[in-house]
Amino acid sequence: MPVSVNSSKVIYAALKAAGIRLVSALPETWLVHLIRMAEDDPEMILVRLAKEEEGVGISAGAHFAGVRSAMLMQNHGFLASINGIVSFALLYRIPLLMLISYRGSFGERDPWQTQGGSVTEPLLRALGISYFCLQTAESVPVRIAQAQALCSSSLQPVALLLTRDLMWEE
Amino acid sequence: MLRLDCIRSIYSQLEKCVVVTIMGAVAAELQSLGHRPNFFYLQHAMGLASSTGLGIALSLPEQTVVVLDGDGSVLMNLGTFSTMARYRPRNLVHIVFDNESLLSVGGFPTATSTGTDLAQIAKAAGVPSTAVATTCDDFVQAVHAAFAARDLMTIVAKVEAEGPARYVTDLTLLENRFEFSRYLRSTKK
Repeated sequence: MPVSVNSSKVIYAALKAAGIRLVSALPETWLVHLIRMAEDDPEMILVRLAKEEEGVGISAGAHFAGVRSAMLMQNHGFLASINGIVSFALLYRIPLLMLISYRGSFGERDPWQTQGGSVTEPLLRALGISYFCLQTAESVPVRIAQAQALCSSSLQPVALLLTRDLMWEE
Repeated sequence: MLRLDCIRSIYSQLEKCVVVTIMGAVAAELQSLGHRPNFFYLQHAMGLASSTGLGIALSLPEQTVVVLDGDGSVLMNLGTFSTMARYRPRNLVHIVFDNESLLSVGGFPTATSTGTDLAQIAKAAGVPSTAVATTCDDFVQAVHAAFAARDLMTIVAKVEAEGPARYVTDLTLLENRFEFSRYLRSTKK
C-alpha cells in the first residue's frame, strides 16, 4: 500500500510537537500509518470512533479539560460531522484541529470518492473555517504548528487537508 | 416518574461531579435546581453529550463525569454506546432520561415508544453495566450503585413526557462554556 510512511511520520511528529495528547480517528486508507503511530504511543490517547461526528464532542470535552486534541478523518468524515462542527465547535468556540485526508481530488481513481472531493473546500469556506492544503512533507511541521496556534488563539476549528501529493507514493 | 424529581434526588451527588447535559428540558430542569460551574448544558449538537462526557472522562480520570442524556438525543448517535464501551472509562456514568418523546419540539414519539430498548442496546454494545429505573427510588439506587462500582454504567430512567414551563435561561452558551472549562482546568491543580 503506497501510503507515505515518511509523510505520516512527519505529520505525527508535528502533532506531538504541537502538544496533541488525544487523537480521535476513523480509519481510512491514507491514515493507516498515523493511526498505528497513535496506537503505539503510550503518551497518546487514541479514540477509535464509530462515526466521525463523535470526535467533535470528544475533542470539545478534552479541550474543556485542558487537553489538546486532533481529529483524523477522511473528507467524507468531515461531511458526516457538519452538524457537530456547526452547532458545537463553531457555536461554542471550540478549537478543533482537523486533519482531513483529501480524497476525490486530482488523481483520484476511486469513482465513489469524487463527489466528496469536489465539495470539501467550498464547504470549509462556507463554514468560515480556515484551512491549508498540505502538499509536501517539508511544509508539514510549520503548518501544523501554525494551525495549532490559530486554533488556540481564535478558539475556532482549523483544518489541514492532507493531499494525494503528500500521502500517496507511486 | 418525573425527570425533575430524579434530578432533584441526585442533585447533592452532582455537586461533586462533572455534569454534561443535553439541550431542552434536561438542561432547563437541572439549571432550575441551581446552576453550578461544574455543569455544562450542550444546547445543541444532539447526540454529542455522551461523546463530550467521554472526552472529559478520558482527559480527567480522577473526576467522576455524569452525562444526562435523553432518548431523542442518544438515538441520533447510537455509535456512542460502542465507543464508550470500547474505552470503558471507569469514571463515566451515563444517564438516559427516556420519555419516549421529542418533547422539546412538540412531543413527537421516538422509537423507544414502539419498543426500542436503549438499555439493551447499551448492553449489547458492550457497556459493562446497565439498569432501567421506573421509580425514583430505583433511579437513586442505580446511580448510587454506579458511583460505588466506579465503572461505566448506562442507566435508563423511564420518565413522563413532561417538561419545564421555560426552556430559556439567562445563562448564555459561551458564559457556561468558559466557566465550565475554567472549573475543569482548576481541578488539575
